Amino acid sequence: MKHLKTIGLVLFLLGLITFVSSLFVGSFSIKQSELNTLLNENEKQNLLESFQTEIADKNFASAFEFTNKITSVFSAKNEELKTLQQWDKVMWNSPQEFALPIVKSAAQGSIKNNKTFWLLITIGLCCFGGLIFILPDLNLYKTKGVKNENVFKSSIKSQGIVGIITGAFLISFYILLYWFPSYIVSWVLIVDPISELLSGNPASQWFLYGLLYTLIMLVMGIRMLIKYRGNKYQIFRTISVMFFQTAFAFLIPEILVRLNQPYMDFKNIWPLDYDFFFQWNLDQLIASGGIGIFMLVWGILLFAIAVPVFTYFYGKRWYCSWVCGCGGLAETMGDPFRQLSNKTLKAWKIERISIHSVLVFAVLMTIATLYSYFSGEYQILGVETSSIQKTYGFLIGSAFAGVVGTGFYPLMGNRMWCRFGCPLAGYIGIIQKFKSKFRITTNGGQCISCGNCSTYCEMGIDVRWYAQRGQNIVRSSCVGCGVCSAVCPRGVLKLENGSEIKRVNDNPILIGDKNIQVIHETF
Amino acid sequence: MGEHIVIIGNGIAGITCARYLRKLNHQTQITVVGGETEHFFSRTALMYVYMGHMKFEHTKPYEDWFWKKNNINLVFDWVTKIDTESNQLALKNSTKLNYDKLVLATGSKPNKFGWPGENLHGVQGLYSVQDLELMEKNTANIKKAVVVGGGLIGVEMAEMLHSRGIKVDYLIREDNFWGNVLPKVDGDFIANHLKNDHEINLHFNTELEFIGGDSKQNVTSVFTSHGNEIKCDFVGLTVGVSPNIELVKQTKIETKLGVLVNKKFETNIENIYAIGDCAEFTNPVKGRKPIEQVWYTGRIMGETLAKILCGKNVEYNPGPWFNSAKFFDIEYQTYGVVPNKLEPNQNEFIWKDEKNRRLIHLVFEQETEKFLGINSFGIRLRHEIFDAWLTKGKTINYCLAHFEDANFDPEFYKAFSYDFVDAFNKKFGKSIKVKRKSWLRILNPLAS
Ligand SMILES: Cc1cc2nc3c(=O)[nH]c(=O)nc-3n(C[C@H](O)[C@H](O)[C@H](O)COP(=O)(O)OP(=O)(O)OC[C@H]3O[C@@H](n4cnc5c(N)ncnc54)[C@H](O)[C@@H]3O)c2cc1C
Ligand code: SF4
Ligand code: SF4
Repeated sequence: MKHLKTIGLVLFLLGLITFVSSLFVGSFSIKQSELNTLLNENEKQNLLESFQTEIADKNFASAFEFTNKITSVFSAKNEELKTLQQWDKVMWNSPQEFALPIVKSAAQGSIKNNKTFWLLITIGLCCFGGLIFILPDLNLYKTKGVKNENVFKSSIKSQGIVGIITGAFLISFYILLYWFPSYIVSWVLIVDPISELLSGNPASQWFLYGLLYTLIMLVMGIRMLIKYRGNKYQIFRTISVMFFQTAFAFLIPEILVRLNQPYMDFKNIWPLDYDFFFQWNLDQLIASGGIGIFMLVWGILLFAIAVPVFTYFYGKRWYCSWVCGCGGLAETMGDPFRQLSNKTLKAWKIERISIHSVLVFAVLMTIATLYSYFSGEYQILGVETSSIQKTYGFLIGSAFAGVVGTGFYPLMGNRMWCRFGCPLAGYIGIIQKFKSKFRITTNGGQCISCGNCSTYCEMGIDVRWYAQRGQNIVRSSCVGCGVCSAVCPRGVLKLENGSEIKRVNDNPILIGDKNIQVIHETF
Repeated sequence: MGEHIVIIGNGIAGITCARYLRKLNHQTQITVVGGETEHFFSRTALMYVYMGHMKFEHTKPYEDWFWKKNNINLVFDWVTKIDTESNQLALKNSTKLNYDKLVLATGSKPNKFGWPGENLHGVQGLYSVQDLELMEKNTANIKKAVVVGGGLIGVEMAEMLHSRGIKVDYLIREDNFWGNVLPKVDGDFIANHLKNDHEINLHFNTELEFIGGDSKQNVTSVFTSHGNEIKCDFVGLTVGVSPNIELVKQTKIETKLGVLVNKKFETNIENIYAIGDCAEFTNPVKGRKPIEQVWYTGRIMGETLAKILCGKNVEYNPGPWFNSAKFFDIEYQTYGVVPNKLEPNQNEFIWKDEKNRRLIHLVFEQETEKFLGINSFGIRLRHEIFDAWLTKGKTINYCLAHFEDANFDPEFYKAFSYDFVDAFNKKFGKSIKVKRKSWLRILNPLAS
């Protein structure tokens, strides 16, 4: 069984190496006629001339070289137009975004001609190897207990060198994905067949991301199911996040597109879904008639009604550990890193400032957006709405949620985004703290202060602090993952939705000492 | 400046006492001397450090700034002498320390029984951080180990060794596992788990005769009371602990096995008290042992003494007994008293689900049917409920009917009580019906 695991690991690494190498495979050249179809009128006027001499029918050895050529021509032209103050001709999209479709259709060689084959030896091999690595655990560990053996002796799981390399890899991936998509055109090509199968369209970098995200969640979800197979709460919620990612985040939106409907992830909720109220989205929804209006109403009902009601009955967990995609990734791919969260009081202080600032930022941005939408003004209080949106999108949407949120899994734990950044988590957390039936009940005097719970709390909650004084855990950040309860060796913690009475016990009684009751009476 | 209270020992007992002293009184000057580690850590978590579940950092229940902020003075040093005449302590590395009141919370030390070879390299007990570090060294790259002593620390050591792929032979003096505490059925249940699920080689009714070593003083094998030789590279001696009172023995403070105290933790010397593992009650609380060596009692004693020192009129008054442990994958909780051999006026009910590794063992009074205690393996139970049932002297019928209130397993658990109450009804010709869980009862367990 151990050998099988090794084989799985080798296959996975081979897949990963081919995946990375594929970025350097193939050459690029584009015909004049293709350029004609890819550029819009303005772009043609601006660029066609230079493209004819510098790009068309020339051969480029790599996507990087080719992209750099296109973006330099593009930017030079833009500079020129700006100095000439020809504002109507300036191209406002980012050079990288602009380059992607051109680079994609210019690709030549093995990948372009054998997409399915490449799909199998890269992403396919990674999934297969991953499963071969994971499945033997079923047999290796006969009993169903949670095994955290050697977590802090493993380099990848304890911020060792392998962990740092993994973090660097993930961070690079996000930087490429968000800001240099045309560098990773090979990857986008590889997943074309699946995109065409689902939506009928060729893949974009976002489709690539969605597919990888879903596959990772499924494979690592299986790992999670095996690891926590003695615990039904863990089994059910893991299946739940796997389902919501696959169906709601990945398949349904693609199918909607195939049916010529607006793209929508029905479980993504404002303000996490920060562009829900952006002009383009509202316009698109309203233009799509009945179904668009339904989507609009649905989106509003989710944050206005569903969030408070569900959170009242079940706590934050109904979303963060059962439905959410960010949470889902954190609980599957991120599970091996949960112990890396910072448990200090200082981190808690920073967390409260940071998450609520993002919430305020998101709300203000949305107010500005709606103000502009209804008034038609481009500015609010002298600030351009679009620049507020851009700043939010860059800082929070991409840098925080993506690069830091996931890239930092192996460096600072798997819920960086959920804990310090997610505005929706901030909003749900306030409800959980002040108006909810959810709590983690502490089992009388049974805590031995061992610290397993705190160590494995991905939100950095010092669970032991409460448990050892017999106090229930009612914290706005608790996502109800249930892992503290699963790893506690003494059966001290239970997540439950009880009555609001006695939920918060500020003067906890440690059971086992009859004096304490006496003292309480004499107070 | 208030009076100066010095506590020797920064374990759970000493530290709890210091924390509550500070909570109840802002004036007292509090000093805690501890030689093992600079900061309080959880001894119960040592095994998890060895197994890589945690780093040592994680075993510290309070961040390092906590002590200064709460004005609790920590001295990282060993006390070498207590002078009860001049109220003064001598320390190994620092200057002398004067006290107004002294609290002894020096804990335990592992037993050794003078076996030939017990001082060879690779033979050790497990109690302190230093023991753990030694064990780390002694077990690097070894293949075979012997653990001696069928108690809680022994089984932890077996699990630790097993987690590194080391083959474990486990010598147990009794004819069942943890025989001086667990009834045979329960002990056998755990033994099966160790044998079948984790390939631990158990030797019952077997004692250690002597330990053999080579010319370099390294352990090579143990010889058992049956005359067998077991080859090994490491021997874990976990044959119980006894109060750590070397320091006290040179003084006028009275000791027997531990430091003798009354229920107010007072020793024979006026301003000196003892709590935790090192204390021995001259008149123990009814139904309890004179020396209690568990985490929970250390904590309760620490809190109670703090109140006494702050002038409250209380004494050691623990509620019904409870404890818990984990044997490899099987969690164990106990409430009340389940003796290893039934007393004449007692009856019992045992329900076992081997496949899912669960066992419930209930004991009640034969005539009155008063519920006396429960051992639960693989099922988590609510402490508060059992505490209330035991305090109020509920009958076994009542407890079984309301068993769902007491379940503490993670959500979506299977409700076993229906199964075992059925079995109970059959065995005793009863017709108890399990009631649905009620939050009202759970939140007011003493009301009904
Ligand atoms: C491996 C292991 C696992 C355990 N698991 C459990 C469990 O799961 N549940 C449970 O209930 N109990 C458990 N116990 C028992 C529990 O840890 C003890 O009952 C408890 O720690 C006793 O607390 P204490 O404060 O009395 O003493 P200790 O924790 O022993 O603290 C006393 C401290 O005083 C120091 N000291 C002693 N003499 C001096 C001196 N002269 N100068 C300075 N410092 C001194 C010692 O070095 C020590 O650090 C376990 C014990 C061990 C060893
Ligand atoms: S894991 Fe359990 S026993 Fe350990 S500190 Fe947390 S609540 Fe207490
Ligand atoms: S407190 Fe427990 S349930 Fe809540 S986030 Fe932390 S580990 Fe998960």
